[in-house]
Amino acid sequence: MNVSLMRIFLLHCMFSLMAVGGANVLLPELHRHVVDLNGWMSSTEFASLYAIAQAAPGPNVLIVSLIGWKLRGIPGALVATIGMCGPSSVLTYGVSLLWDRFKASPWRRAIEQGLAPITIGLVLGSGCLLARAADLTFAAYAVTAVTAVVAYRSRFNPLWLLAAGAALGLTGLL
Amino acid sequence: MDTARPTPTLRELFTGFFMIGLQGFGGVLPIARRMMVEERQWLDDKQFTEVLGLGQLLPGPNIVNVSIVVGKRFHGLAGSLTAMFALLFAPLVILLLLATLYGQYGQLPAVRHMLSGVSAVAPGLVLAMGARLASKLDRRIWTGLLVLATFAAIALWRLPLLHVLAIGIPVGIAFGYQNVRRGEKP
Repeated sequence: MNVSLMRIFLLHCMFSLMAVGGANVLLPELHRHVVDLNGWMSSTEFASLYAIAQAAPGPNVLIVSLIGWKLRGIPGALVATIGMCGPSSVLTYGVSLLWDRFKASPWRRAIEQGLAPITIGLVLGSGCLLARAADLTFAAYAVTAVTAVVAYRSRFNPLWLLAAGAALGLTGLL
Repeated sequence: MDTARPTPTLRELFTGFFMIGLQGFGGVLPIARRMMVEERQWLDDKQFTEVLGLGQLLPGPNIVNVSIVVGKRFHGLAGSLTAMFALLFAPLVILLLLATLYGQYGQLPAVRHMLSGVSAVAPGLVLAMGARLASKLDRRIWTGLLVLATFAAIALWRLPLLHVLAIGIPVGIAFGYQNVRRGEKP
């Protein structure tokens, strides 16, 4: 496979600025570019990279590191990760500088108060979308619901709940 | 109200985000909230919601944006770079090791089954985090309605996120502005 590092970098810079809403929103677009438009890998290979990214700890966005790795090894992985996180991080840093400047402004408080409910609606909505995508059986929905209640009511470390889920998954019930 | 909160050192920023990266299975945000709000108390739930709001609104991976904003809040540019590097470094190394050693292991049935369990738990954690943040929100009619409307637009009506933001943000800011003008009294 001979895709230049520069091309991998620039492509991910574009993804970085497109990814409003984060990595999960970007997934179909990644698939479109990597599989359909450029034919860099098959749909199955893409799915298996996604599975590895999900099984490993860390932000979901690191699927792009695996794409870079598949194309050009370790340098490809680094270039894709830097491209994906660089431009958006520079923008975010700039905005938070600006944000500090308006510390005393009533507009800043208006924006913060106005955005808070939307942020929370997005979190809850994305939880439902994730459940709909991942839960294929009634039992899996039940696990999601029980997790939500237990995690809200108790202060268990989420890692225990994830481990319990993995163990339950091994039984093949889900 | 802010003075009681500890300011993390650069080293603490590093270890905090390092642990968030290492523990984030199936989604990092619930772990991030737990670490920053409950364990280390760098932020309260309201501040976390503000930071997350900025992270969602701007392009790029949400948690990376959160690491930039939180790092900057405590230590400027050095803080941002430290937090982002700490967040990504360990997961990246683990991922590349896994990919190199077991390129095919995603196909193994045992791994698939474990993943189906993890991915059923992960949305539950996200929902619980949303409920916790909602419980700390100012209780007003408009805030409740906006939460519901945004939720419905995303989860039930499945509208594109950009459309939801394009409508939701101005509406939210208009209510927020009214609220500030009324002197922020309930």
